[in-house]
Amino acid sequence: MQVLETGPLSTVQDLGRPGHAGIGVGLSGAADRGSLRLANRLVGNDEGAACVEVTFGGFAARAVTDLVVAVTGATCPVTVDGRCGAMNSLLRVPAGAVLRLGLPATGLRSYVAVRGGVIVEPVLGSRSTDLLAGLGPEPLSTGSDLPVGLPHGDLPPIDFAPVACQPAEELRLTVVPGPRQDWFAPDALTALLSQPYTVLSESNRIGIRLDGPVLTRSKEEELPSEGTVAGALQVPPSSRPTLFLADHPVTGGYPVIAVVVAEDVDKAAQARPGMTLRFTARQRVAD
Amino acid sequence: MRVLPCADLGLLVELDDLDAVRALHAALAANLPPGVTDLVPAARTLLLRLDPRTANPSEIEQFVRATRPVAVGEQNSELVRIPVVYDGEDLDDVAKLTGLTRQEVIIEHTETEWRVAFGGFAPGFGYLTGDSAKLEVPRRKESRTKVPVGAVALAGAFTGVYPRESPGGWQLIGRTDLLMWQVDRDPPALLRPGVRVRFEEVR
Repeated sequence: MQVLETGPLSTVQDLGRPGHAGIGVGLSGAADRGSLRLANRLVGNDEGAACVEVTFGGFAARAVTDLVVAVTGATCPVTVDGRCGAMNSLLRVPAGAVLRLGLPATGLRSYVAVRGGVIVEPVLGSRSTDLLAGLGPEPLSTGSDLPVGLPHGDLPPIDFAPVACQPAEELRLTVVPGPRQDWFAPDALTALLSQPYTVLSESNRIGIRLDGPVLTRSKEEELPSEGTVAGALQVPPSSRPTLFLADHPVTGGYPVIAVVVAEDVDKAAQARPGMTLRFTARQRVAD
Repeated sequence: MRVLPCADLGLLVELDDLDAVRALHAALAANLPPGVTDLVPAARTLLLRLDPRTANPSEIEQFVRATRPVAVGEQNSELVRIPVVYDGEDLDDVAKLTGLTRQEVIIEHTETEWRVAFGGFAPGFGYLTGDSAKLEVPRRKESRTKVPVGAVALAGAFTGVYPRESPGGWQLIGRTDLLMWQVDRDPPALLRPGVRVRFEEVR
């Protein structure tokens, strides 16, 4: 597959590189992991095969050989040589044809899976581009070659997956309070849960910057750096939270007031600048 | 020990000190409970990253509470020697903050045996601790937007070497040509938890 257009940002992503936190390497991988998995399942790949993560559409690539692809995630117009294709379904792209993703109507990140997977050189066991750590393949550029692996196994019997629609204006995300809820004034959690936050344009694969009510701390001392997870709502001195995504730092020095549950981290990865987020609390995850 | 939840994505175990973190880390690394994908040791905490699709947080918490920490051997680990030119921009400030002369700072830094306590910040960055308390200094009030690759720095009770050019708020005391991170080297990080480090002055 040869890349003709990349839009604002297109990268290769899989499910990341676990197990390297000790040497300062984060997990990275697809920002919306559920969409990557679905794209891979549709084309009969292993769930964690590498795909192209396309941020805000504008991606085009020419097939060098006959390809079977699927596009999931942010809902955008998909064409194969100008003919309309459907999201979340199997698409056949003959050799020489151009697959094109337009601007998404809703959502932010789309995933292009190719049967056989994208097989760029892995780094520490993963083909993901980690933008914070500067690891993995460079973001795609015009003319990038994307080698495709050999398919194994049969295509699945189903070639279309129904997917819930993505909200256009307001996203509701479930959080679990903690781990550092006790570093905040009692009304901080109330503020987080009762009022909306707006997604700022300085958001990326590292995190989503949010504007909204301030979250006042009760402990002013310095927090010794500690490990962080995707979904963490970390509160820097600005007192507004940052929602960590796939390329978040391995450790952070500011307290985390609450963490978005895993399935909603995928939804958050589809939030566009200007959208509103509302947080609702779930106490401890079902034991 | 306090175990703090990070939704269904992690358990943050808070311990008394770095030795307790290292001891629990060693025990869990040797016997990783199912559903745990990564261990992130830090100064006073050990984060267990969970696979939300398979992990049962309360079972893992019980597993952690029942785990007997492993005393970490102090002697027999790898030693890395790092040649340093001590001409950092903050060397005078460090001398002032510690009440030492420039030369005494250098002597203290080179005569202390350091050890990688944990990684973080960037690939190949190790937080090094030693048994001397003389070099404890706060971070700079304003962090630099660009710290050069190889800068040797101090902050809190730690020393470290910047593996690549990046922003940073530590006090710079010197620089080394030794590469902390090379992705095509095996392992890519020179400084991994447990590795002992000696800094050696190069004039």
